[in-house]
Amino acid sequence: MDFDWMKIPYALLTLFIVVNYGMLQNALIAKIGARVGRRRGIPIWQNYADLIKNYSIRSSITHGVMYYLGPVFRLSGGVGLLLFVPSLYGSEMFSNLSFAGDLILALYFIFFGTLGMALGAAESGHPYAAIGITRGLQQVSAAELPMALAVFSVALQYQTLSVTEIVAAQQGGFQNWTLFTNPLAVAAAMLSFLGSMMRPPFDVVLAPQEIPIGPPTEYHSSYLALMQTNRAIFPIAKIVIYMNLFFGGATIWPEFFLKVFLIYMVSVLVGVVHPRFRVEQSIRWFLVWAVPIGILSIVLV
Amino acid sequence: MRDELQKRVVKGPDGVEFEVEPLKDYYCEAPPAEHPPAYLKIVEDLFNWARSQSLWILGFGTGCGAIEMRPLMTPRFDAYRYGVQWRPTPRQSNLFIISGYLSVKTLKRVIRSYEQMQNPKYVVGLGSCTINGGMYWDSYNTIKRLDDYLPVDLYIAGCMPRPEALLAGFETLKHIIREGKAEGANLYARNFDWYKANQKKVIHDWDMPDYNW
Ligand code: SF4
Repeated sequence: MDFDWMKIPYALLTLFIVVNYGMLQNALIAKIGARVGRRRGIPIWQNYADLIKNYSIRSSITHGVMYYLGPVFRLSGGVGLLLFVPSLYGSEMFSNLSFAGDLILALYFIFFGTLGMALGAAESGHPYAAIGITRGLQQVSAAELPMALAVFSVALQYQTLSVTEIVAAQQGGFQNWTLFTNPLAVAAAMLSFLGSMMRPPFDVVLAPQEIPIGPPTEYHSSYLALMQTNRAIFPIAKIVIYMNLFFGGATIWPEFFLKVFLIYMVSVLVGVVHPRFRVEQSIRWFLVWAVPIGILSIVLV
Repeated sequence: MRDELQKRVVKGPDGVEFEVEPLKDYYCEAPPAEHPPAYLKIVEDLFNWARSQSLWILGFGTGCGAIEMRPLMTPRFDAYRYGVQWRPTPRQSNLFIISGYLSVKTLKRVIRSYEQMQNPKYVVGLGSCTINGGMYWDSYNTIKRLDDYLPVDLYIAGCMPRPEALLAGFETLKHIIREGKAEGANLYARNFDWYKANQKKVIHDWDMPDYNW
């Protein structure tokens, strides 16, 4: 296989753009949330200040190897997810390292970060971290089910496991988007999307009030900064997958930004008006509402 | 020393017995180290700017003043727009607000939480009680000068200070941090023995490790 070395700087450029976009978008979303509560909210560059501060903390404590690897796993989950799917369709520069079977790999990467986090947070030995992790894994597993079903349905529909080919099949007007050709799969996937964005009503994992912020309780300084970086990358990377699979992908950056923002807003809008589900409620919700739609979409394909 | 801190033999879930010495196994035995600003001045200035713009307060209220922190989260005062937010865990916070009188019993917890915070960390004394005892000046059970027990960066006087005073206090603290003068953590490490001696003078039933991190 001949590997084009130019892909590496291009991939890094994608990463750079996405990190900055992610940080600004997270701040913007926090601001929107604040406006709903009639506050002014954080300044738009707040995330940069937080990040630099966390990297600049002078002392840090480790609880063991896995504790150290947790955030690393998580970050590599986010970066891997981003780099193995094409960000822009048809662009030599920004199709990254995508290859024929990348859809399966992407599904795996979505889960990867959570698992790494589980091991790391468990090693910190903090009971709140353990509670947060159990809740997190339960909820993510339940939310992942409809997503996986939707992905299989889409793969069956287009007879391919390559994200690039799926995007290619959706070109030529929005009536070709999966959203319109396979609405049930999109519905199931979007319900699952709500569950994995860590926003209400599915934010019990972080639960700032009862189990002080859950898994990251013991994480601080650079560890926390790594996780913050991932927080900027991961949602975007995930949304890129959704965009590619269901909403026709993007061919230029402005289209990319707009679509990602709008898809993100779905979870935000649901989030600001709904109270929080408990874990068993959210699992039941996924099994009752999202999974049947996913199965139906496969059957109908 | 409390029972759970004694050396003992425990039986694990798989039936293996092993010895646990909590003070050695769960806590660090080294005294805190000084971490002087390690970088070029211009880098350190950038870091100080970031630190001043991202004050994470430990959500720990001690006296009446704690009630004044809550309105800061509401739409009326909204401290978030100044880069101030509350963190539920000492590991992640860098600002400890001692909000009012501090009873000896609470002082223990305050020390433990303070020592778990990471190096650039700041302490703000809120209300006259932290300066000279305030209206509890003759109480048998509260400490009088907070500065004897923890290195204080800033006092906000009043009994009790309004939320506006707190906001003004944050701005002053930001100036102090940006000038690079908020080195309380290093002061604490340098004069560790003195602080410990003072703490042990008032806390008679000292039943925790000396180093809590
Ligand atoms: S200064 Fe006044 S308001 Fe504050 S803790 Fe002391 S008595 Fe209470």
